[in-house]
Amino acid sequence: MTTAVTTRGGKTYHDDLAIVREELDKCMKCGNCMAVCPVYGADRVETSVTRSKIAVAEAVLDGNLDLDDPQVVAMLFNCLVCKSCMTSCPTKVNFDRIMLALRAALVRKNGMPWLKRLIFSTLKHPKLFDASMRVGAALQGVAFKTGKEGRMISPRAPFAKLGSPIGLDGDRQMPPLHVVPLRERVDEVIKVEGATMRVAFFTGDSLNYFYPQTGQDLIEVLAENKIEVHIPKAQNCCGVPVLVHGDIDTVRQLARSNIDTFEATGCAYLITGCGSCGGAWQHDYPELLAADPVYGPKAVYWAERTYDISTFLTRVVTLRQPKGRIERTVTYHDSCHLKKSMKVAAEPREILRSIPGLTFKEMAAPDACCGSGGSYVLSHYETASTIGRKKAEDIDRTQADTVSTGCPACMMQLLDNVHRAGGGQKVTHFISLLAESYRLEKKGD
Amino acid sequence: MVNQTIIEQLETLAGKENVLTGKVDLVAYSYDATADMPRQTPDVVVLPTSAEMVQEIVHLARRNKIAIYPRGAGTNLSGGAIPLKKGIVLSFQKMNKIVDVDPANLTAVVQPGVVIAALNSAVAPFGLIYPPDPGTVATATMGGSAAENSGGLRGLKYGVTKNYIMGMEVVLASGEKVRFGGKTVKNVTAYDFSNLFVGSEGTLGIITELTAKLIPAPKYRRTMMGVFKTLADAGNAVAGIIKAQVIPATLEIMDRMTIRTVEEFARIGLPVDAEALLLIEVDGMAEEVVRAEAEAVMQVVRDNNGDLKTAETDQERDQLWTARRNALPALASLNNTVVLEDATVPRSRITDMLVACETIGKKYNLTLGTFGHAGDGNLHPTILCDKRNQDEINRVHKAVDEIFETALRFGGTLSGEHGIGMAKMKYLGDELGQTGLDLMRRIKESLDPEYILNPGKMVPLREA
Repeated sequence: MTTAVTTRGGKTYHDDLAIVREELDKCMKCGNCMAVCPVYGADRVETSVTRSKIAVAEAVLDGNLDLDDPQVVAMLFNCLVCKSCMTSCPTKVNFDRIMLALRAALVRKNGMPWLKRLIFSTLKHPKLFDASMRVGAALQGVAFKTGKEGRMISPRAPFAKLGSPIGLDGDRQMPPLHVVPLRERVDEVIKVEGATMRVAFFTGDSLNYFYPQTGQDLIEVLAENKIEVHIPKAQNCCGVPVLVHGDIDTVRQLARSNIDTFEATGCAYLITGCGSCGGAWQHDYPELLAADPVYGPKAVYWAERTYDISTFLTRVVTLRQPKGRIERTVTYHDSCHLKKSMKVAAEPREILRSIPGLTFKEMAAPDACCGSGGSYVLSHYETASTIGRKKAEDIDRTQADTVSTGCPACMMQLLDNVHRAGGGQKVTHFISLLAESYRLEKKGD
Repeated sequence: MVNQTIIEQLETLAGKENVLTGKVDLVAYSYDATADMPRQTPDVVVLPTSAEMVQEIVHLARRNKIAIYPRGAGTNLSGGAIPLKKGIVLSFQKMNKIVDVDPANLTAVVQPGVVIAALNSAVAPFGLIYPPDPGTVATATMGGSAAENSGGLRGLKYGVTKNYIMGMEVVLASGEKVRFGGKTVKNVTAYDFSNLFVGSEGTLGIITELTAKLIPAPKYRRTMMGVFKTLADAGNAVAGIIKAQVIPATLEIMDRMTIRTVEEFARIGLPVDAEALLLIEVDGMAEEVVRAEAEAVMQVVRDNNGDLKTAETDQERDQLWTARRNALPALASLNNTVVLEDATVPRSRITDMLVACETIGKKYNLTLGTFGHAGDGNLHPTILCDKRNQDEINRVHKAVDEIFETALRFGGTLSGEHGIGMAKMKYLGDELGQTGLDLMRRIKESLDPEYILNPGKMVPLREA
């Protein structure tokens, strides 16, 4: 799990840039990161790759470059925080810590840009955030047109023209915001007859607002496995979206509130269906709260009890074998945060292979980043698309009709890219295929 | 001097998007993978997209007496890519096309920015490989590895980069472009230019295209590990394997310090009381031959009191390789600076050299582990130190001096595969003598009289 994090005078690297020096020192500048960094792969200049970002961080700490120099800031945000470099680093540099420490230091120095401040402040007030997401859902029809089946939306003219520099052109496909989010659709406790276990489901915002059906599928699968599911309504955003923008106060507030909420469920396991959310519970919360005497130990407690749905189903309990046939050829994309942060890669494949009728086809470089990076795709649409195009081509070459993954942010990026550059494959969370198989089985198919 | 006019001219001839002058960009090209080297930011980074563009840049640089530093992926270990005298870094990361793969002639034509692993992926469907495999295959470029004459783990059986470069296109310091060699197996036309430019570290010309030799991929392989209680046993086993007329593809050694550190780092069950470990892999096209070679190797290991492990499956092979793969990362985890040398001795002196390295480490009170390519005598004495401890750094420099002195005394050489660059320039005279140094200078000055190509590397600048 998480390697030990240094605290100094009640501070972590999130509060004091100097603490991250130990990570900078580990870097040998060998350049192994160049083989896997998706941004370098697209840009082909060394300014984009990890070891150079570390060299620039050294220059900042040594006083040779200013942290708020516009070029330094631009370089800092030209990173997906996908952690790919960390998997090929021979000296195990925790580059995510370096990046987060720099971004947090920048916010400390210059404050948060007003737009980000405005957006992030709503996260601190769950009711306000929820209300604004619903207003957005109600109004999206003004700017977006709905595709067949209502599963995706695309920008309408004239918004398509305005949005084209950031990829919001008429060809962009995105999941719609749902007026009734997941946590409003389901009860707080899903009782199951003959339940052998109780778990708490951390939905995260993407499953709550963009992919509520996926969240319902996840709950259904747990119920099929005789597990009682708690979905506390008071839960918030995991905080990763603000953490990566250096808003440490907000993410700590969200972390503490989420810990309180899940403590109240009395469940012994916390289940996620999103690599970023699970990674937050497993790694970011314990690191953010390492110097907090009350919440620090609680964060560690929950880190050890957080499982991706696939790990839980295949390692903690015994998966009830699905019987409904799904005659589809499916490939699987490894979400960066699921594989590189939560170390989950074999489990979703095991689940897919367990579904009768399903042909599983591995794509080339399944763990190459898709280019989403949360808000990176919005701020760096061109680079994100270069990365996404390669992914779409790899998906296409498998001749699969469906691409599955374990992360809603990847699902959004894949949706856009398989329609632009791939074969328009169906994009789904792996758990939805399992849920579908269980449903078909019940129908007696 | 690079001034705004020069920058604008570079932008005109290379395109604005291929000329980088931002402070952050310059920091990104101010170093390579060599430890304990000064960093220097260039004045400008240019990413050419054609040989003609390179010619124009050289003309411009020559007229204005600006230094040019050709750069591949910047992964070399001798300070070869550091822009010591400022000027222009010429980065080949955008000239990365595989021009031609020719299975009938077993050749490939590539641009210099092609990554070695990318070439191997492209030729794999034809059942072919490009054998040179430096530790950085996944990142290093063909141009960079040709300029550095990189080696790797398979050097003993398959040779090094120079054995696989059949032809080139080179832009000279004059701005002229020259082509030589090609797809023919035999070629004795004119001087052997390929062998002049391979390993010239960017000091004689700028490589803009390469014709590489490919070979059929070996179909069978067997992997073994021998663990020895004494260095003498390990050394005798190396000699014994060669004497048994087996040339393994890989014959790697690790000393006690490395074994202990790897075990501490990765917990893979290595015996920490062992003095040396050999990783041996034999390969070939015929199963019978490979099996016979493996059996011969196993006999030699047993005859020399070695504890033998063999791999029957890919998974077991991977386990045996784990120790070797972890050697550098494990050692590197001990401190913030890794001084990695590549002193090389005739393989009959491997044991002597291992003992000498250990003694030198002790003498200067340094953390030093040695691993490397026992089969070809190419060792990597690796010193782990604290870059902020000046006293320790001074001791490191003395130890490195002594390591090279010892290698030369054993009839060896300063560098087996990392090159001279700026890291080992001061030792060159010890190996070549004054006549050798003069010859180097004469060659340098006949091709690059104004020292505009990678100045300050291999051949010292003339005192002004």
